[in-house]
Amino acid sequence: MPSSSTTTSTVRSDNRPAASTLSRRIFPHRMVRREAIIGWLFVLPALLMYAAFVLLPLLLSIQYSFFRWDGIGPMSWVGLKNYATVMDDPDLLGTISNAFRLVMFFSFIPVTLGLVVASVIHRVATGRLGAVARTVLFLPQVIPLVAAGIIWGWLLALPGLINQILKAIGLDALTRAWLGDFDWALPAVGLIGVWVLLGFCTVLLLTGITKVDPALYESARIDGAGWLTEFVKITVPLLRQEIGVCLTVTTIAALAAFDIVYVSTAGGPGNSTAVPGIQIYILAFTEQRIGLASALAVMLMILVLAVILPIQRLSRETL
Amino acid sequence: MKRKSLLWSLASLLVLTSMLLSACGAPVTTAAPAVTEPPATEVATEAPAATEAPAATEAPTEPAAAAGPSCGTDPVVLNAYFETGFDIPFKLAEEFTKQYSNVTWDIKQDQFTNLINSTPRLLSGDNPPDLLRLPTMVSFAKQGLLKNLDDYAAAFGWDEWPVPQLNQNRVAEDGTRGSGALYAMGLNYSLTGIFYNKELAAQIGMTEPPKTLAQFDELLAKAKEEGLLPIMQWGSAKSGMGLAFPLQNLMAAYGPVEPINDWIFQKPDATIDTPSNLEAAQHLESWIQNGYFPTDINAIEYTDANARFGKGEGIFIFNGDWQNAGYDTDMPGNVGFFLMPPAEAGGSPAAMSAPLTFGIAANAKHADCAAFFLNWVATNETARQIDVTVGGSNPGGPSGLDMPSVAEGSVTNETLAAGPVVGEAGTSMDFIANATSSIFAQGWTPELQKMVGGQQDAAGLLKAVQEEYERELTQ
Repeated sequence: MPSSSTTTSTVRSDNRPAASTLSRRIFPHRMVRREAIIGWLFVLPALLMYAAFVLLPLLLSIQYSFFRWDGIGPMSWVGLKNYATVMDDPDLLGTISNAFRLVMFFSFIPVTLGLVVASVIHRVATGRLGAVARTVLFLPQVIPLVAAGIIWGWLLALPGLINQILKAIGLDALTRAWLGDFDWALPAVGLIGVWVLLGFCTVLLLTGITKVDPALYESARIDGAGWLTEFVKITVPLLRQEIGVCLTVTTIAALAAFDIVYVSTAGGPGNSTAVPGIQIYILAFTEQRIGLASALAVMLMILVLAVILPIQRLSRETL
Repeated sequence: MKRKSLLWSLASLLVLTSMLLSACGAPVTTAAPAVTEPPATEVATEAPAATEAPAATEAPTEPAAAAGPSCGTDPVVLNAYFETGFDIPFKLAEEFTKQYSNVTWDIKQDQFTNLINSTPRLLSGDNPPDLLRLPTMVSFAKQGLLKNLDDYAAAFGWDEWPVPQLNQNRVAEDGTRGSGALYAMGLNYSLTGIFYNKELAAQIGMTEPPKTLAQFDELLAKAKEEGLLPIMQWGSAKSGMGLAFPLQNLMAAYGPVEPINDWIFQKPDATIDTPSNLEAAQHLESWIQNGYFPTDINAIEYTDANARFGKGEGIFIFNGDWQNAGYDTDMPGNVGFFLMPPAEAGGSPAAMSAPLTFGIAANAKHADCAAFFLNWVATNETARQIDVTVGGSNPGGPSGLDMPSVAEGSVTNETLAAGPVVGEAGTSMDFIANATSSIFAQGWTPELQKMVGGQQDAAGLLKAVQEEYERELTQ
C-alpha cells in the first residue's frame, strides 16, 4: 500500500500536520462519503418537492388510469378499459392529431425562423441593435400566456386589429373571425405559439452561435463564403445541440398545450382546436372521470416521450 | 448523453404531470385559466352593474319563524361560496347582517366554470360551506354531499309555494331531477326570452311583439332586407354556444315542453332527438343559412355579444333577465322584451327559467342558519327588493307577497310581467345546456358551432347530442 510509506516519511518531520495528512490518506472513503452526504442534504429540499409534486402525482395518475373514479367516492378497478375507451373514441383521438398539427406551428416554425433570426442578428447586429432585437423577441416569454391569449383573441376577432389592417390594404376578402373559422382557427392558435416561442428559440440559438469559434466564420469569410454558406456549413451543424433543445421544448409545448388554446378558443369551433390537454381538463374536472382523464394523460406522456427521445438522440449524434 | 436525455424526459414529465397535479386533491382555490363563464348554464353570467342598493332599509322586526330553524342569538360566522361577478348574494349577505347582527360572513368566491370543477372538493372537504352557489346538483346529491332540505321545507312552509319554484331543485333517488328530495333553493328565478332594440325594431316596422313564429320570421327577413343584423348572439366555446337559446325556444314553439324537461331531468329513455325538435333544429338551420346571425358568431363571447348589442348591432338577442341591468345601462329606455312566440296563433309562449341555485353542504356547521337565510331571501321585503333591483329576476317566494317596485322604463318591468304568463301556461323549462355537467361543453357547443360552419345539419346535431348524452349517463 503506498499510503503507509508516505505516512512514515511524514511522521518523521512533524507530528501535527502528519496527523491530518494521515487521516486524509487513510480514510479517503469517509471524506468522500461525508461530502456525498452534504451534497445530498443540499439536494434534499428540491428532491422532496420533486418527489411530492412531480413523482407522486405521476405515479398516482398511472394508478388512477386503471380505475373508474369520480374523485370522491370509492374507486373501482377497470383494468385497461380506460385506455380502450381512449383508443375507441374518435373525439379523443382527434385531439391527438390536432396536437401534432400544432407541432408544426409551435416547433418547426419558431426553430427555423429562430435560426435565421439568430444568425442575422449575429452577423449584422452585434451591438446595441442586437440587444434591442433580442429583448423585443424575448418579451413574449415574460408575458403570462393567459394574458397573451386574451389579447390575441381581441386582435384576431372580426372587428380586431388584424382584420382592420387587412381591410386598410385592400384585402377585404381575407378578413374573417380567425379563431371562429373551422379552417383557420388552428393556424391562428399556432400563430400565437410562434409569437411566444420564437423569442425563446432565438435567444437560445444566439447564445449557441456566440460560443462558436469566431475564427471559423472569419476563415469562411476570407474564403469568400456568403451568409447562406456560413449558415448552412457552420451555424446549423455546430448548433445541433441547441437546436435539439429548442425542438424538445417547443414540441412538448405543442403536444402538451393547454393555456394558449384554452384561453383563445377553448377547443372550438367544433372540436377543431381541441387538444389532449383540454380534453384531460374537461374529463377530470367537468365530467369527474378521473380514471379516463388519467389514462389520456398517461398516453399523452408516452406519446411525448416517443417523439422527444428520437430528437434527443439525433441532436447528440456526432457528425 | 444519457443523463441529459433523462433530464429532458423528466422535464417533459414535469410539464405533463403539472397538468395532472391539480387532479390530486388540489386545494380549494383553483387557479384555472380565466374564462368567461358559460352564460347559458343557468343564470351564470356577468353580474349586471349593480344599480344602487335599495333605498331605506328599514330593519323589519321580524318574529323569525318562532320555534323553527334560525340563526339564534350567539355569534355565527356563515361559511359561504359565491360566484364571482354576480352581485346578488353579496348584497343579500350584507343586508342580512344588518338585520341579524349576530351573523357575519366568511365569503369566498370563484368563477362559475371554476365552481363546476371545485364544488365536489369543497363539499367533501374539511370545512364544507354552509351556503354555496351550486352549478349543478344531481351528482352531488347522489354522492351524499348536499343536505336534504325537506325538513326545512316543511318547517318554513316552502312546500306551499307555487310548485315550479322547487321542482327544479328536487332530485329523486335514481338521479332524475324534477321530483324527490329538495337539495337547493333559488335566490331568485330567472326568465329568458328575446330582448330587442326598440329604435331598430321601429325601423323595420315592428310596432308590437310578434304573436307567432311566422310573424317573427317576417320581422327577421325584413331586418335582413334593410341591411340590419337580425339577431346578435354569442357562440364562442369560451362562453358556450348561445344558439342553444334560440334552439330551445324553437323546440318549445314546435312541441310540448314536458319531453324537453324530461330530457334535462334525465328521466329514463328521454331523448332530444324527436320529430318536433328536428323541425326546430331545421328552423334554426334556416336562420343560420339566411344570415340572421353575425358571421363571426363562433368567435363571439357572451360579454362581446351583449356589448355589441348595446351599441346597436342586432335588433334581437336571445338572453335572460339577469342581463336586464346591463341592457338598461347600455341603452336606457331603448330595450324591450318579449317571450318567444308560439308556432300557432293562440298557443302559449314558453321560456327557459331556472332558479339561481344555492345549497347547503351535508356536513355544514350552520345549516339551520343557512336555511333561515334562504327563507329570509324569499320572504323579507328588503331582500326581495334587492333581488329585483340587483338581479332583475323574480324573487319567488309564497304567492301572496307583493312584487317589489321597479324603476320606470327599466326592461325589468317587461320581464317581470312575462313571468306569470309562462307560470300560468305551465310552459317553463330548465336549460338544455344543464342536462348533464358537460353536455354543453361536449355536445351542444361543438355541434352547433359545426352547424354554423356548415359541417353539421339539423338531424346530425340532435343525433350527436343524444349520443353524447347517453355516453355521459352511462358513465
